[in-house]
Formats: sequence, C-alpha cells, structure tokens
Amino acid sequence: MTAPEAGPGARPPAEGEAIRIEGLRKSFGAHEVLRGIDLSVATHEVICLIGASGSGKSTLLRCLNLLEPIDAGRISLWGQEITGAEVDPNLVRKYIGIVFQSFNLFPHMTVLRNITLAPVKARGVSRAQAEQEARALLDRFGLLDRQSDYPDRLSGGQQQRVAIVRALAMRPQIMLLDEVTSALVLDVIRELAAGGMTMLIATHEMGFARDIANRVCFLAEGAIIEDAPPSVLFTDPKDERTRRFLRRIVDAGRL
Amino acid sequence: MILGGGGGPIPGSFETTGRGPRLLSGGGRRAAAISTVSTVAVLAALVAVFLLAPGSAQVRHTFFSPANMWQAFIGNPKKGYYSVGEALWLNIRMFIAAEILILILALVIALVRLSTSPVMFPFRVLSMIYVDFFRGVPLLLVILAIGFGVPALRLPVVSAQAVAVYGVAALVLSYSAYVSEVYRAGLNSVHQSQVAAARSLGLSQAATLRYVVLPQAVRNVVPPLLNDFISLQKDTALVGVLGAIEANEAAQIYSSTVFNYSSYTVAAILFLLLTIPLARFTDRVIDRDRRRRLAGAQP
Repeated sequence: MTAPEAGPGARPPAEGEAIRIEGLRKSFGAHEVLRGIDLSVATHEVICLIGASGSGKSTLLRCLNLLEPIDAGRISLWGQEITGAEVDPNLVRKYIGIVFQSFNLFPHMTVLRNITLAPVKARGVSRAQAEQEARALLDRFGLLDRQSDYPDRLSGGQQQRVAIVRALAMRPQIMLLDEVTSALVLDVIRELAAGGMTMLIATHEMGFARDIANRVCFLAEGAIIEDAPPSVLFTDPKDERTRRFLRRIVDAGRL
Repeated sequence: MILGGGGGPIPGSFETTGRGPRLLSGGGRRAAAISTVSTVAVLAALVAVFLLAPGSAQVRHTFFSPANMWQAFIGNPKKGYYSVGEALWLNIRMFIAAEILILILALVIALVRLSTSPVMFPFRVLSMIYVDFFRGVPLLLVILAIGFGVPALRLPVVSAQAVAVYGVAALVLSYSAYVSEVYRAGLNSVHQSQVAAARSLGLSQAATLRYVVLPQAVRNVVPPLLNDFISLQKDTALVGVLGAIEANEAAQIYSSTVFNYSSYTVAAILFLLLTIPLARFTDRVIDRDRRRRLAGAQP
C-alpha cells in the first residue's frame, strides 16, 4: 500500500521534519492540561503517546488539529507555523486527519455518506468519484457490506474503522489517532504505518505501541517525561514516573 | 425462619391472593376484554350524564342541531352568513403561509442567539429582546396591534394589504419567538463532538451547520415543532377578530344571524379534522426515523 496522496494545492514535502511542537501550553480554566510540550516528528514516523488518563494525550492531539486554541508555544508542519492567527485551519486540517476516541460518526448519515461528505463539500470532489474512492477504502478495510448502514448498527470496532476511513478519505499526510483498541483496528494502523503514514497515536495498548512505534512518549501531568524508542522505553526507562506507570500496567496484565 | 428475619413470608409464599400473576397470564385477550368493558362503561356514563341533564334537549338543539350544522357548513350569503367549510380554506392558507415563514425566521433568530462572534453582539441582544417580547405579549394583542395599527399608518403598499396578511404577520411574529426557542434547544442538543468531527475533516463552519448540526437538531425537535404547528392551526382562528372570514368568524356570524351555536360545533369538527392528521403524521415521522436508524435500512 502507498500513502494516500495529498489533495490539490500546495503539497508539502514528503520527507524531513513533519511536525514540530515547541513550548505548547494549554489550560482549561484554571487547570493546565499541557505544560510545555516539545516534540519533533519526522515524516513517515509513528509515535505512540502513552500515559494515564488525564495526562494530556487527547488534548495534545486536538491542539495539533487546531480544534483547541493554544495558550502558548507554536506548532509547525514542514517548517510552516500553523498556530498563527492568519492561518486557515480548514487548509491545515486537509493535511491532518484525526480519529476521535468516541469516533464521532455522524449518526444521521449512512457509512458511505459519513465518508463522502467532507471530500465532496471540502475537497470539491464529485460525488461519484468520492463514492468510488470511499468504496475502495471500505473494501480494503473489510467494511464494504456496511456502506448503507447507519453508525448505530455497527460494532465499536467497525465504527472506529469507519472513522479511520472517513479521515483517510481526505487524503491526509498525517494521522492522529486517539485511543485505538480493537484488534482489527490495530491491523489497519499497521497497514497505514507500513505505507509510510506519519502518525501520532494515543494508546493504552503497550504491546501495540512496542510493536508499531518508532518512538514512544510517556506523558504525565501535561509534559513529556520520557521520549525513546520502544525497545529502550519499555525495557530500560530512565524516569522513575515512567517506571511506576509501566509497573502498574504490567501488574494489570496489559503488557 | 432459619435466618430469623422479620418473620415475613419466605419466597414461595408470595402468591397469596390466589389471583395469579397480574396483567400477564390470561394473555392480551383478558386485558383487551377488560379495557373494552371499561371504555364502554365510561362512555356510557358520560353519554347518560349528557342525555339526562335537565337542559340536555336545549343544548342538543343549540349546539348539535343537524339541520343548523349543515346550513352553517354550506352557508347562505343571501341570508347573511357564510359557509364555515369555505372559510376554513382561509385558515389553511394562513396556516401554510405562516408556517413556512416561521420556520425560516425562527431558525435565523435561533442561529443569531447561538452565534459567538463579537460582531454579532448587537443582533444577539436584539433577538433576545424579540423573543422575550413576543413570548410575553398575548397573541391576540399582537394581532389587534398589527391588524389595526399598520393600516392606520397609511403607508404605501404596507398599509394596503388584506386583513389576512396582517393576521399572518402577527402569527409569524409571535410564533417565531416560540419556535426559535425550540430550534435553540435542538441545536444545543447536538453534541460538540459532532462539530469537532466535522471541522476536523476540513468542513467550513457553514457546511458543518448545514450538513451535520442542523439535520440532527431538527430531527431532535420534530415533535415539539409539530406540536407548535398544531397549535398554530387553531390560532389562525384568532385572526377573525380583524374581520377576516375564517372558520371561527363564519361560525360566529352564523350564530348571531340564526341564533344557533351549531355552527361552532361545525368549526370545531373541521379544526379537529385538520389537526388530527398532522398529529398522526408527526407520530409516523418520528417512528420512521427511529426505525430507519435502528434497522440500518437503505437510505
């Protein structure tokens, strides 16, 4: 499989540093969720974010997609800052797909319409072409027979795969995945990684993270405590907090 | 009582009434029989009260005289009264015109009230005042104010409209305030995560509203919306105070000409015939929508 091509318009270089986050801070009211995040992601790199619930993984992903205005710091894609006031978020989002923890499929539309809505209304593709592309993607992920179903009728794993297909239909260069769990979805992500998709994945599945990530970042209290290849982070963590977190996971039988 | 509880019955001794399980056994047939008997008994009692009341004969003649009802229904302008049936057509036209305008105006008001841009601030305040004002003033007063006030201004075109037009304008002003609140509730009921999902896919704010938020919002408020419209159908009768010959006004003219109130009964029956189908239609819409989503049928 090859990485989906970029849409029309300026195509970013498919190599080098894809994402650069510097000093990112974000608060909700008095609660500071992100306290100075610095992270650099190379094109084709797969990074897994691990950490307890509430450590800021989801917020980080949402900030990257410009769904949350940030309080301080900057985010750049291929050297261009996207957190400036004059940046069109709709343009940025064409390069970054996101799959939410709760999938957020549109309940009033069939699977096929869920997937074709954005390509038709935001990318300007004809409906016929969008449907053809959507069917091809659905077929690849074993969901073609569900194309006329409404999301309520799908299992959680199927919904998550539809959400991935919906994001892929916009042909992003980068995918952000919040909490992927079901086994079939993990297979899909492996396939995307093999195709060279740049990905940031928040996950609780340590086995999966060890298996797929080029680097694993451990977050706690809104900061990246440790950032290392999985072979290092899972076997020889440097920070005491990382060690404690991993011990708890092991005790819970999830590694 | 090995455990020495409160000395109550041990399980197995619950069934002490000897009646058998309630409602369930005996199947639906027994329940149906009971409900039939009960319905007949209640109806018979009501009819008996009506027929045995001291003034029953008089009321039946005044309100339910078949001959008068028929005369009121077909009308006779030569004798000074109009057909209630024909007059209903005006109610229907006023209702349809008002409903379309209300759906549009109320949506605009709701969207303005939910807007967040600082540029929209004065409009947000205006729409809030509008809703407070028209929900607070009785519809009848709005109809009178517009129906008599606007023509008195003697403006070109605006002051030279048919009475029904002022009636519709008043209905639209008053009902839009209510319906905008229904819309607002519907828009608020769509979870923010739906907006996030749509925006994350690169859809503009307008496209998100049009394709993701509004369809779900409207679906959620179809029952209260149609409820308001059933009530709007009836309230078209209030336009009669301006002298428009709608069903209620025609019935009143009949009663004051012939001195028999059966014309009102005719108007009531006609309004029922108008509103009941809308109520059943509402049920159908809700049912179909729910079934379609749960069954995952073809679009």
